[in-house]
Amino acid sequence: MSAAAFPHRVCPATGLKVSTKAESLIKVNAVVAVVSLLVGAIAALLLVLTRWQAVHLLPAVWYYRILGVHGMNMLIFFIIYFEMAVLWFASTVLLNSRPATPRLGWFSFFLMIAGSALVEWAQWSGRADVLFTSYPPLKAHPLFYLGIILFAVGALTVVGIFFATLVIAKREKTYEGSMPLVVYGAATAAIIAVITLLHGALIYIPTFLWSLGLIKTVDPEVYRLFWWALGHSSQQINVAAMVSVWYLLSALTIGGVVLNEKVSRSAFVLYVLFISMASAHHLLVDPGFSSAWKIVNTSYFMYMAVLASMIHGFTVPAGMELGMRLRGYTDGLFGWLRRAPWGDPGFSAMVFSIVVFGFVGGITGVTLGTEQINIIAHNTLRIPGHFHATVVSGTAMAFMGVTYYVLPLIFQRKVAFWKLAKIQPYLFALGMLLLSMGMTFAGSFGVPRRHWDISFSQAPFDVPFNPAVDLVLAVMGIGGILAVTGALSFIAIAVKSVFFGEPVGTWQTGTDVVGIPQGLTRPPVHAANVDELNEKLHDPARGIAAATPGTLVLVGVFLVAFIVYYFTNWKLLSFLWRVG
Amino acid sequence: MLTKVHTGLDPVPGVWWKPAHKAEKVWVAIAFAWCMVLFAMMPLWHWKGGQNPSGVRRRVDPQKFFARTMEFAKQYKIGDDRGIPIVAPPVGAEVYLTGMTFQWYPILQLQAGAKYKLHMSSLDMNHGFSLFPMNINFQVVPGYDYALDVTPTAAGDFRIICNEFCGIGHHTMVGRVIVVDASGKPVADNASAVVRDREAK
Repeated sequence: MSAAAFPHRVCPATGLKVSTKAESLIKVNAVVAVVSLLVGAIAALLLVLTRWQAVHLLPAVWYYRILGVHGMNMLIFFIIYFEMAVLWFASTVLLNSRPATPRLGWFSFFLMIAGSALVEWAQWSGRADVLFTSYPPLKAHPLFYLGIILFAVGALTVVGIFFATLVIAKREKTYEGSMPLVVYGAATAAIIAVITLLHGALIYIPTFLWSLGLIKTVDPEVYRLFWWALGHSSQQINVAAMVSVWYLLSALTIGGVVLNEKVSRSAFVLYVLFISMASAHHLLVDPGFSSAWKIVNTSYFMYMAVLASMIHGFTVPAGMELGMRLRGYTDGLFGWLRRAPWGDPGFSAMVFSIVVFGFVGGITGVTLGTEQINIIAHNTLRIPGHFHATVVSGTAMAFMGVTYYVLPLIFQRKVAFWKLAKIQPYLFALGMLLLSMGMTFAGSFGVPRRHWDISFSQAPFDVPFNPAVDLVLAVMGIGGILAVTGALSFIAIAVKSVFFGEPVGTWQTGTDVVGIPQGLTRPPVHAANVDELNEKLHDPARGIAAATPGTLVLVGVFLVAFIVYYFTNWKLLSFLWRVG
Repeated sequence: MLTKVHTGLDPVPGVWWKPAHKAEKVWVAIAFAWCMVLFAMMPLWHWKGGQNPSGVRRRVDPQKFFARTMEFAKQYKIGDDRGIPIVAPPVGAEVYLTGMTFQWYPILQLQAGAKYKLHMSSLDMNHGFSLFPMNINFQVVPGYDYALDVTPTAAGDFRIICNEFCGIGHHTMVGRVIVVDASGKPVADNASAVVRDREAK
C-alpha cells in the first residue's frame, strides 16, 4: 500500500483515514443541505396548511411562490448539497484516499452557493413565479435561470472531482481489489448526475437566452422533454445515492452483508443504462410524442430500471437478515427483525426508508408511469402523493438516518437531543406516510396538484368534489404537520450537534452512550468463523429459503401488493369514457 | 464457492463475478417476469382497451387554432352560459377546445354514446385538461393540436378543471361539458355533478 501522505486523521471507530481537506468539504455541504432543508420545511408547512382546504392559509400569489421555493429547496438544494457531501465522503473516506483538487472543490462549492442565492432571490422577490418546472411560455427573471446554470456547473465539477478521486485512489492503491459496493453505488449516482446535468444545460441555456430576449421562442414541448430528462433523472441520482446509503447503514447498524456483488452491482448498472428514459413519465398524456415512444421510454426499456429496484428491494433486506443471522439472531422467520436495534435512529430511518420507498413510492410510481393509467393520474394530487413517498420518505429519510452517523464520525460530535433523535424517524415516517396517502386518495377523486383553491370560489362554474375529499385532505394536513415537526426536529438535532455539540470523545465498546448510535457503541461484528456459518446456511440441501426466509416472505407480500394495486388501477381506468 | 462474508463498506479482493445463490436467482426471475407483464399491458391495452392517450398530434399555430375554434363555435352555437357559447356539434364531428388564461372555450354539448374527434390546444401557456368527475387528464400544450377520439359514456354535467399551473388565475380556470342522452335531455341526473347556479341563489 502506498503511503501517500496527506493531512488526515484516523477514524477511531472504523480505522479509515479521514482526509482533513475532504472533511471540511463534507461539513460545509452537509450544513448548507440542512439550511436548505429548513427553508423547504417551513415552506412545506405553509403549503400543506393552504392545500388543507379547511385552513387555506396563504393568499394565492404566495401559495404559488412558496410552492416554487419548496420545490427548489427540497428537490434541488437540500438533496444535491447532501449528495455532494456523500460523493466527497464515498470517494475519500471509504477509499482511504485524499481528494483530487480540493481547491477546485471549494470553487465549485461557492459557485453552487452563488447559484442558489440567485435562485432564492428571484423566487422570494416574485421574479420567478413559474413554479419549480418553469414551463415556457411562463417566463422568469434571467438571473433565475442563470442561478440554476451556475449551480449545475458547480455540481458537475464536483462530480468530475469525484471521478478524479476514484482514479487517484486506484493509482495510489489506497485499497485492495474492487471498490466497496457503497462507493460503486455512489459512482453510478455520479454517472447519472452527469447525464442529468447535461440535459439541464441543454435546456436551461436556451431558456436563459430566451429570457434575455436573445432567442425568440423555446418550444414548450421540447422544453418539457429536456426539462424532465433533468427533473426526473435527477430523482434517479437520488435513488442510486439512497440505495448506496441503505447498504452503508445496513453495514454500520447491524452488520448487514452483501449477498452477491455481481447481483447488486449489475442492478446499479441497470440504473445507469435505463433510468434516464424516465423523462417520459411526465409526457404520457402530452401531444408531442407517439405511443410507441411513450411505451418504450416510460418502461425504462421494458422496466429494466424497475427490475434493478426490485433486485435491491431483495438484496438489501436479505443482506440485513443474513448479517443478523450470522451474528446469532436466528430465531424464527423474523427474529432478526424483532431483535434489531430499533432505538438506533440510523437503523429505524433506514427501515422506514426502504419500506415506504418500496411499498408506497415504488408501487405507485410504476403504476402511475404506465402509459394509459397516467390518464387518471396526470397532474392530480396522486403525483405529489407518489414522489413524497420516494424522494422524501425514501431519500430524505435515508439521508437523515446516515446523518446520525455522520455527526459522531465526521463532525465528531455527539448527537444532541438524543431521546428526540431516537423517535424522530418514527415521527417523520408516520407523517410522510399520512401525507402521501392523503394526497394519493385526494388525487383519485380528481383533486389537482399545484392548485390554490379547490373550492373554486372565484371560478365561473362550481366543482362539487366528493365530501370524502375533505377527509383525505385533513389526513394530508395532519400528516404534513407531523412530518414537518419531524423534519424540524432533525434540523434542531443537527444544528445543535454541529455548532454546540459535545465532542464525541472515546467510548467503551458494549456500553450505551447517550448521543452515540448503537452501531458505534456496540459495533455489529461477525464472529471469526462467519464464513463457515455462511456456507452452512447456504447448503443447497437446505433449500432456497434457508439463508433468508424472512426476506422471501417480505418480498412475496410486496409482490402481491404491487399486483393488486396495479390491476386495480387498470380496472378503474376501464370505467372512463372511451378515448384514444 | 460463496464470496467471503463482507459488507458494502469493504473493498472486494479478487473477482466478484460469482454465481448468485438460488434464492436470488428465483427472485430476479420472478421480478423479470413481472416486468414483462408490466410492459405487455401497455400494447395490450392499445389493442383491447378503450382508454389510450394516442390520438393524432400535429404542430399548429396557436392563433390559427383559436380562430378555428371560434369558427367551430359560431357554426354550432345553441346558446351561452356566463358569456361563453354553448356549442352542440353533430355526432361524429371534429370538436375544438382552446385553453387560455384563464378560460376553456367554448362549452361543449355532446351526446352520450356518440364518438367525436376532440381537438385540444392552448392559445398561450401550458394548461391541463382534467374532466371532472371522470378524472380524465390530458396535457394541453401551446403550438400542438392533440386530437383524441372521445365517446362519452353517460349523460351529465361535467367540468374541465385546469390542472397545469398557468399563472396567477390558474385556480379560476374551469370549463364545462354537457353530455345529453339520446332523447336530447339537456342535463341528465348525475348526483356528483349537479349544476348549482350561483347567480340564481
